[in-house]
Amino acid sequence: MSVHSAFAPAGAQAARIYEHWLLYWYVALAVYVIVGGAFLYLLIRSWRSRPESIAEPTQPVQHRMAKYVGASSVATALILILLLVSAAITGHDLASYGQKPNLQINVIGHQWWWEVQYQNDDPSMTLMTANEIHIPTGQKVLLNLTSSDVIHSFWVPSLNGKRDLIPSHQNTLTIEADRPGVYRGQCAEFCGLQHAHMILYVIAEPPSKFSAWMRHQLQPAPEPVDAKLRHGRDVFLNEPCVTCHTVRGTTALGTVGPDLTHIADRQTIGAGTLPNTPGHLSGWVTDPQRAKPGILMPTIPIAPNDVQPLLVYLESLR
Amino acid sequence: MRFAALGTIIALVFVASCQREQRNPRVVAASASVMTQLPRESELVPGGSVPQPRISSPDNGNAYDINQGQTLFTAYNCAGCHGGEGGGGIGPALNDANWIYGGEPAQIFDSIVRGRPNGMPAWGARIPKDKIWALVAYVRSLSGQQPKSATAARSDDIEPDPHTGTTKARGSTP
Repeated sequence: MSVHSAFAPAGAQAARIYEHWLLYWYVALAVYVIVGGAFLYLLIRSWRSRPESIAEPTQPVQHRMAKYVGASSVATALILILLLVSAAITGHDLASYGQKPNLQINVIGHQWWWEVQYQNDDPSMTLMTANEIHIPTGQKVLLNLTSSDVIHSFWVPSLNGKRDLIPSHQNTLTIEADRPGVYRGQCAEFCGLQHAHMILYVIAEPPSKFSAWMRHQLQPAPEPVDAKLRHGRDVFLNEPCVTCHTVRGTTALGTVGPDLTHIADRQTIGAGTLPNTPGHLSGWVTDPQRAKPGILMPTIPIAPNDVQPLLVYLESLR
Repeated sequence: MRFAALGTIIALVFVASCQREQRNPRVVAASASVMTQLPRESELVPGGSVPQPRISSPDNGNAYDINQGQTLFTAYNCAGCHGGEGGGGIGPALNDANWIYGGEPAQIFDSIVRGRPNGMPAWGARIPKDKIWALVAYVRSLSGQQPKSATAARSDDIEPDPHTGTTKARGSTP
């Protein structure tokens, strides 16, 4: 199960935003109760009083009214200043958080999926994947955000606020997860037909488990071990799949679509559109335009005899 | 009363003229038959003339297809030979009026599908037909053969890439 709620913070920044939200909530609640109470009180009092008292107020009453109005104006200004100061402090805290990141990841928005590139000074340790970001718990992760087409927005409510992905411009956002878990994120800037199906998952794991995941992901795709898998691989390499997708360890080096080297390890297909099960994968491969109309991946007529081997091959990419 | 009727008629005329550009993501069948009746480059036919099949591009003047073609032009590294914005390089320029194998949509389609001597690979088996038509639409836009209303005014990629600091070899249509 994944978490997708700003009310369930799993990191220091999300907790800071939540505290800030709580302050606003309690202040707004208090103002609402006081104003509503005063209004009700005056309403009931005017019902009970005699009609003549509604006439022009006397001098002392006018004085008292002016005092009340003045006091409430001052109180309103003070409350607004309090909220402003709190917002400024929160914004400053969030902006100055994570100056020294432990890990850098490039996130590139596409219509409608997320490209994820793990950065490392050693080029052999850089890694490409998609739609799932694994991070170690308790470490600051700097995300370099940009887009290849239109403006998207990165938003994992349990970890931090929103940050836009803008074409030809790099934004940064630091995230940190306190505890292991799966945190759901969603594109938060309308980006076209399938904006609603542009979902990502941040999977926080203890550092040792994360390193094991990283080591495994850096491996090329496993070689086919039997005839059916070899058949499936050949279908993949001979059909149009190969022009758009990469499977490291083969001649497939396309960069239009997501890297499929370890597709079977991911939880979903099509950036969270479908769960990654054999049945859904079959539906996706044979007619992606039905599952997610408008995406770049075309519906490719694959010969009936080739479909099962292709699916078996894709499911073997662990 | 007369004004109301006139107003209604004018409003209806405006409503009738409102139409959204159609996108059909599942167009496999639309271009499947093209493969069997490709145009020929030569007018010389043994045994008398054969009528040339008339094939019109399904993507003419469609902004969505031109845009998709632009994305694929970069992704498939067409610019590697034909240059950014089709300016030419190893391969011939695509943004001028000189067409070695013809500049009609069907002829460009043919060039992409079957390849040409001296370097142009045959892409027919590797690119779905509707995507080839999108490439045709974009290639024709490079030499100004698409309506201006459908082509991009400028490209965001003219700005330097944030990661490399260089400008990508992908440009706007002229």
